Amino acid sequence: MSAALTLFLHDLRLQLRLSTDLIAPLAFFVLATLMVPLGVGPEPNLLARLAPGMLWITALLATLLALDRLFQRDFEDGTLDLLALSPLPLELVVLAKVAAHWVTTGLPLLVIAPVLGVMLHLDTGGYLTLEISLLLGTPVLSMIGAFGAAVTLGARRGGALLALLVLPLYVPILIFATSAIGAAGEGLSPRPHLLLLASVFAGGIVLVPFAAAAALRNALE
Amino acid sequence: MVFTGLDFDVAGGGALLLTGPNGSGKSSLIRLMAGLIRPYSGRLEHDGMRLGDDPAHHREVVAYLGHQDAVKPMLSVGESTRFWAGMRGRRDQAEAAMAAMNLSDLADLPGRFLSSGQRRRAALARVIAGGAPIWLLDEPTVGLDVKSIAALEAALAQHRAGGGIVIAATHAPIALPGAQGLNLAEFEPESFADEDAA
Repeated sequence: MSAALTLFLHDLRLQLRLSTDLIAPLAFFVLATLMVPLGVGPEPNLLARLAPGMLWITALLATLLALDRLFQRDFEDGTLDLLALSPLPLELVVLAKVAAHWVTTGLPLLVIAPVLGVMLHLDTGGYLTLEISLLLGTPVLSMIGAFGAAVTLGARRGGALLALLVLPLYVPILIFATSAIGAAGEGLSPRPHLLLLASVFAGGIVLVPFAAAAALRNALE
Repeated sequence: MVFTGLDFDVAGGGALLLTGPNGSGKSSLIRLMAGLIRPYSGRLEHDGMRLGDDPAHHREVVAYLGHQDAVKPMLSVGESTRFWAGMRGRRDQAEAAMAAMNLSDLADLPGRFLSSGQRRRAALARVIAGGAPIWLLDEPTVGLDVKSIAALEAALAQHRAGGGIVIAATHAPIALPGAQGLNLAEFEPESFADEDAA
């Protein structure tokens, strides 16, 4: 387990040193969300209705920005060969890299989201649920994205392919998360929707490492 | 198919020098022994155990040096050597490994400032620090100066003195006393003999 932690800290350090990797998804999230009031007008009721969906759609697209780099650089410079040959099983390598990816892309979104919620007149009851849904949902975005990145590794124009492959898989997360925030905003219990989201998280954390590791082995042959 | 009819055996403390023209399959054979690719047919054993039966054990015993040095531009030599040693639970060996490849003075230098020979030395320090018993080295001397080749030869001798195995593919002459030689050109499949099979 200490090898997994070593890899996680190493990846985190690498990503923090490349500040563009860190800033690009966050800046995209903020700018794209700010476009919404400019596009549809400043009418508070309309914005409040759009807020959960817009926040989640932009968050989802923002995580896509950093995905193709998840394995690509390691693949190109030979690091992935060495990781595949390290004593740490490749499944745990995937999990450690996904965790580092989430800390540098998902976590900043979670921190900034309430501020953007205010700008979109999100219903007061929705903030806690927004945060919980992001906490449960963005790691799954990173996990599904890791699977997509592993499958498209080595493909030409992999980035475009990756988006086409991954976005349909993001649909359940989008539906559960926005229904949860919508329900909370209307004063209903968001619990059932959040539980569904939690089940997707639980399934993802078990299945994705195996799927992504199999795809990586294939790419290395 | 790249080669066929190959048969060899390396004992502890032994060494095997793979030679052959470009495209004769030296790198493929090394990747195959590392477990990165699977043979179309044939078997590879370590301690009587077939490769693939216990991948975890196999990953413990081999260290691989490929064409690429896997040196990250924004990490210093010391950070990256300590990381790779740490992945094998041998973080404390990193300093000695860097000293063996004369890298101690460069330990704080980020990877993007290294020359190709210095990057190669950093990759070799990673192999040394890992402490695996079987070293699979693909063109270890590329870019190395005379002094660094001598350092590498000393490290190889020390590894073998401790019972380790060295399997190296190279075009450049390198001192590996008592090493077996294997010329892969002799094992080319006949139907491909005229082609430059990769």
